[in-house]
Amino acid sequence: MRIKYSFLLALFLLLIPFSALIFGQDGAAASGETESADSLALTLPAPVTNLKAINTPNDHGHSFTVTWDISADDGGGLKNVLFYRVMRSDNPDSSFKQRGENKLPRGASTYQDNGSKRKESDDFSADFTDFYYRIDAITIDSNVFSSSGIYGPVQSKGEWYNTGRTPVLVAVIIFLILTMIFVALAKKGADLYIRPLAGIEAVDDAIGRATEMGKPILYILGLGGADQIATIASFTILSRVAKQVAEYQTKLIVPCYDPIVMTVAQDIVKSSFMDAGRVDDYKEESVYFVTQSQFAYVAAVNGTMLRELPATNMYMGKFYAESLILAETGALAGSIQISGTDEIAQIPFFVVACDYTLIGEELYAASAYLGKEPILLGSLKGQDMAKAAIIVLMIIGVVTANIGGETLENFRELFKVIN
Amino acid sequence: MRRQIPFALVFIFGTFMVFQYFVPHETSEWIYEYLLDWIAIIGIFALALGIWSFYKVSVDKIKDKNEDWPYSVISLSGLFVMIFFGFTARTGESWGFYFPALLILTAGLGMFTMAYTETSSSKSKTSAMIGLGLIVVFVIISIMDNSWNFYFYTQEGLKNIAFISFFEHIMIPIQATMFSLLAFFISSAAYRAFRARNLLSSILLIAALIVMLRFNPYLGPVSGLMADGADWLINVPNLAAKRAIIIGIGLGIVATSLKVLLGIERSYMGKG
Repeated sequence: MRIKYSFLLALFLLLIPFSALIFGQDGAAASGETESADSLALTLPAPVTNLKAINTPNDHGHSFTVTWDISADDGGGLKNVLFYRVMRSDNPDSSFKQRGENKLPRGASTYQDNGSKRKESDDFSADFTDFYYRIDAITIDSNVFSSSGIYGPVQSKGEWYNTGRTPVLVAVIIFLILTMIFVALAKKGADLYIRPLAGIEAVDDAIGRATEMGKPILYILGLGGADQIATIASFTILSRVAKQVAEYQTKLIVPCYDPIVMTVAQDIVKSSFMDAGRVDDYKEESVYFVTQSQFAYVAAVNGTMLRELPATNMYMGKFYAESLILAETGALAGSIQISGTDEIAQIPFFVVACDYTLIGEELYAASAYLGKEPILLGSLKGQDMAKAAIIVLMIIGVVTANIGGETLENFRELFKVIN
Repeated sequence: MRRQIPFALVFIFGTFMVFQYFVPHETSEWIYEYLLDWIAIIGIFALALGIWSFYKVSVDKIKDKNEDWPYSVISLSGLFVMIFFGFTARTGESWGFYFPALLILTAGLGMFTMAYTETSSSKSKTSAMIGLGLIVVFVIISIMDNSWNFYFYTQEGLKNIAFISFFEHIMIPIQATMFSLLAFFISSAAYRAFRARNLLSSILLIAALIVMLRFNPYLGPVSGLMADGADWLINVPNLAAKRAIIIGIGLGIVATSLKVLLGIERSYMGKG
């Protein structure tokens, strides 16, 4: 027992100096922090230097880009700079106000000061008006800060050309020229080969099948508005389909999600029936508005599919979450299904559930395939050439990026689109 | 002339929209926003046409006694009831004759629909007279009853508890039900897609298994490999294919826009 007590006593005595050391260190650290905090609060930091403010380029105006070199006490020196505050005034001598709701964190050396363009706004920033800038380097105590020198006057203004988008403009012009060249060639009767698309070739068969079976064709324009290119492409296909439907005297059903799309579709189908010389067969109620509620529309179209049992379902345009519900119901109804969309997330669903699918751009190309008109084929060929040019540029980009070097870097910069 | 004016408008506004992309100036922005406002305005007028189309198709179905025509009655009732709720609101503590008035209005409109769909002219006239009488009763009630009122220019109707209740307790659950069907359709579609019929579909099956099993915690040392494999599949071959499609779509959009602007593509105006 005595040995045990002696051991515990020795352990206790041994722990005393360690505990004193530990608590002493804590106390020292705590007092050190206080001292440090006091010194931080009392010492003014070095101000920022090299302050500059310029009119933000390539924008609509009412905006400045402010840059500066950080304070010597930001991350170094006294290390007492915690925030920066961007101050602006229309008078260099007074009434500077903070820009932005929050202060900028330490290390920040740039700020885009976007004012409102609306005169009724409190934040309205007039163009062609002199403004002056100042940057405050702020310590932990927001009342202790150093102000930079004042920079100004500087004026904002809107630009008439966005230089950052020059590569896009050049690409569009080249593409336009390519299209015009191939359209001209097509007009002269050049033999332009385009690879066959199974989905397009199936359209004729699908209409024929519907005619033989005496069942209708259901054409769905998707959920897109009339301003979307996918819907415009879908109108084009509808026009061709409606013309054939009129010739074969098959029933066509076009339930619409958007009322504007409905009015355009009605006109297209009517014109196609007129072109086919069967205007009397046109029924306005074959193209009708259902609803602008996504799943209510799906319910209505699914109901139509299961009641009418169409021989062919065509889904062309913009589709979202409803794509698979529609296509699977169509598959259950035993219809031949042809789809086309530029919504990448929905393409796999259509591929799985439909017999033929036009993937992405094939939807836009469909009108040229269906019409076989030289002008449309020419534009398609121009599109193919542009794609070839992009592939070449991509290979060049990959090679130059791996080789490196300043000249090649500058070459790559030519293709960079800013803003 | 009927075609040339629309083509001219398409060319002028389409070309402006192209240039607008390269001109950030405030004036350009203002015109752009102004033109976008026109889309909303046209949309409102088109909505009236849409509602008329919906009404006409539904009435025709009732008239022809098409298969499942009672659904059209329900659709039309829903349309008129929600319009009524949307433009009316309670002004006092009680509802007064609000719901009886609604029933009378619905019955009146129903009688008018019957008058339109009835083949016999005498029955049609009788239905129309009864409908007119019910509408008159409805007008009298709405004038006499001060516990509710019409609000055509303010948003009181949208705060109407009946409007909100019908939307939240009928429309939203039905929509959720339709959306829920997607889960089952995904299963059936996945089964069809992942059947190993040939080499390509077998590769698809293996890739799908790797992606699906990546979060499985019971695979022990293999789970890390699965996660890495799935990341590679998603970020390399999948992304490469997606980007290829995106580039194609981008070019297709530009090509189609040019065709529309230059009048090469005219099918959207009903002219092939």
